[in-house]
Amino acid sequence: MITITRKFHFSASHYYSNPNWSEEKNLQTFGKCANKNGHGHNYVLEVTLSGEINPETGYVMDLHQVTELVKTAVLEELDHRNLNIDVTFFHNNNPTMENICRFIWKKLQPILHGLQKITLWETPELYCEYAE
Amino acid sequence: MIKLTKIYTFSSAHRVFNPSWSEEKNLEVFGKCSHKNGHGHNYTLEVTVSGDTIDPETGFLISLSEIDNAVNDQIIELFDHKNINIQIPHFQHTIPSAENILTFCWKQLKPHLPQLQRLTLHETINNKFTYSDSGKTLTQ
Repeated sequence: MITITRKFHFSASHYYSNPNWSEEKNLQTFGKCANKNGHGHNYVLEVTLSGEINPETGYVMDLHQVTELVKTAVLEELDHRNLNIDVTFFHNNNPTMENICRFIWKKLQPILHGLQKITLWETPELYCEYAE
Repeated sequence: MIKLTKIYTFSSAHRVFNPSWSEEKNLEVFGKCSHKNGHGHNYTLEVTVSGDTIDPETGFLISLSEIDNAVNDQIIELFDHKNINIQIPHFQHTIPSAENILTFCWKQLKPHLPQLQRLTLHETINNKFTYSDSGKTLTQ
């Protein structure tokens, strides 16, 4: 079996907050990430697919098709957006790396055959891997 | 399954040699890594924790400060800006190869970070070593 990974980039703003908590508790738990004016990241998304090599093409999967699917299903909704305000999923879910991964997985898994894992880098020192 | 990785760095000196061997044999086996006065690296340590549940109240798998506290207390403070052979007691009788450093870091960290699933130590930009829950040390 072979895995292939394609990287994508998107830039978005967010802040962390639990609306059921006081401002003090949000600040204590989330620190500077709780600033309601938001802050931003250049996210790096790695989409990993697995499968066998198609003998006619030499491909596990046509990455042009993968790119179009990811752009349409994920990037158009997230890139250059305010995640808390512009993306309905994050009206009720804190836009942490973990929840962004869960959102992206739910979008891609039904339409991307062979999806094995997604990896989301929030900063060069911090990333999350997600698979169901 | 969700895995979260945070990356830390520390700068240390070490000398890779077997004190039971002659200088010639050390040079033959370890090459320039056995030079008598030691050498150093900027090590990079990737700490990966795993779990199945995102806390619905925070959106976190685990609080990052929990990882920071464990790693800083159990590893960074011991290693950063230190001479591994001289200043860390464990390595006074264990060769401070990347494999042995990685195994030591796992044993230090795991009791304080039960969700620890994988450690990857980059000794240089060309060499990295991974220790995971199955207990195997892999050279990559």
